[in-house]
Amino acid sequence: MLRSSREAALWSIGILVVLLYALIPVLWILSLSLKPADQLGDRRFVPQEFSFENYETIFNTETFTRALVNSVGIAGLATLISILLAAMAAYALARLDFAGKALILSGALAVAMFPPISIVGSLFNIWREVGLYDTWPGLIIPYMTFTLPLAIYTLSAFFREIPWELEQAAQVDGATPFQAFRKVIVPLAAPGVFTSAILVFIFAWNDFIFANTLTSTDEARTVPAALAFFTGGSQFEQPIGAISAASIVVTIPIIVMVLIFQRRIVAGLTAGAVKG
Amino acid sequence: MSERRRSERRLAWMLCAPAVIAMLIVTGYPIGYAVWLSLQDYDLRFPDDREFVGLSNYADVLTSSIWWGDVWNTTIITVASVSIELVLGMAIALIMHRAIFGRGAVRASVLIPYGIVTVVAAFGWRYAFDPASGFVQNLPLISDTAAPLTERGGSLAVIVLTEVWKTTPFMALLLLAGLALVPDELHEAAKVDGAGPVQRFFRITLPLMKPAILVALLFRTLDAFRVFDTVYIQTAGANGTETVSILGYQVLINRVNLGVGSAVSVLIFLAVILIATFFVRGLGASTARQRGEAA
Repeated sequence: MLRSSREAALWSIGILVVLLYALIPVLWILSLSLKPADQLGDRRFVPQEFSFENYETIFNTETFTRALVNSVGIAGLATLISILLAAMAAYALARLDFAGKALILSGALAVAMFPPISIVGSLFNIWREVGLYDTWPGLIIPYMTFTLPLAIYTLSAFFREIPWELEQAAQVDGATPFQAFRKVIVPLAAPGVFTSAILVFIFAWNDFIFANTLTSTDEARTVPAALAFFTGGSQFEQPIGAISAASIVVTIPIIVMVLIFQRRIVAGLTAGAVKG
Repeated sequence: MSERRRSERRLAWMLCAPAVIAMLIVTGYPIGYAVWLSLQDYDLRFPDDREFVGLSNYADVLTSSIWWGDVWNTTIITVASVSIELVLGMAIALIMHRAIFGRGAVRASVLIPYGIVTVVAAFGWRYAFDPASGFVQNLPLISDTAAPLTERGGSLAVIVLTEVWKTTPFMALLLLAGLALVPDELHEAAKVDGAGPVQRFFRITLPLMKPAILVALLFRTLDAFRVFDTVYIQTAGANGTETVSILGYQVLINRVNLGVGSAVSVLIFLAVILIATFFVRGLGASTARQRGEAA
């Protein structure tokens, strides 16, 4: 397609606006996190002086370091379990012929739409009775309500793209359906599984409502919930610098992952939603 | 052959069973339990007074002005953020679709808000508008002493802004996938017939993208209706910004009134089903058609 230079200039402006749109709030938190305490109120977008004191503070605060460990562990385990269960189901959905396929897919979609607040009260009460309140499993289990449907959708979309003739070839050579699954399909499916795992991890990492309602101490409180409970010197003072530094610490790994795997992540996100 | 088919079906159900059972347990059981709790007078401060009261908790909620006020707030936030996201998301999708250069940069940068923890985004925007530390009031044309998070209109605007910032990328990516399904030849043909870019957008692109738009709207509307994190961090429901999810939280967790709180929870669940049914029923035909083609 031919384009005039005026049109090209318009698109460039558009691109610039999108870049600024995405980056400004992140740069703003980064800026706050690098301001020394006495300049937090200077209201400048760019710090006058750079200081790492906020980072030193949070890494010396047990509430934060424990929350970081909890976040990594809980989101990691929730991802692992849901990817394992979903990979089996997605294989069947993408590959095998059986009645009830549509039912499972629409069921998963219905579960994905589920409002977390609707089960928070029940879980709060049950967890206190069975001793799961304020524990890792107490969060990992409710995370299945959103990690499983997401994993099933993205994985079955990825699995549909796999060259399945190879599986048939293996079966012709005498492999059972299960051997074909394990020896041929698993290596082919690995990239899609990995991408889905990143997406699921981001969702679990992001959770606030369950982490806020089903924990009460450093035992299982994740970073988003810990951020909401950070307190300053007095109850009227919010530790802006510490919260900003903690925010940057939990944001950087996600941004790095997203940037490295952006192409696949876009494919996973849209395939799951559009083809579902 | 039929033996193989049978073993295939058996394998399929064996593979699906763990995920299906897990989803049933983690959602079905708690929502059932919530319905049961909602029929009782059950306040954790007075556990001995627990008794079955039928639908009276629902009557209490549905006749309270707080509930309806919160429904209204949630509706304002949902409608405002989803409609702004649709327009912005479409613009970003068009930029990603048509840009000659910088495509990768745009795609990478729109994924950043998507990857950021909602609580972090909410803090970022809250501090940006804070009269004591924020940079926004330092900008030209904006009053130095403006404190949007202390009054209703300003608070709602900041909440909507945060939601829009965070979730427009998802909308844009879904719409981009829809744009890719519009054949270039149609545009070329229309161009030959003398149709301008605006006409082509409204006459060709939009109608062909209808299924993608509806799917994106469905996802985002349900998501926006559940809004909790942003409101909790920015106002905690103050200044007349309480949403239904915040109300559920207040009653269940702060006031530990499990009976009334569960009634709120069940009502939110029913509202979500209502919204989903509206989308799927009223607008489902075109999605089904597209799904048939994609399969």
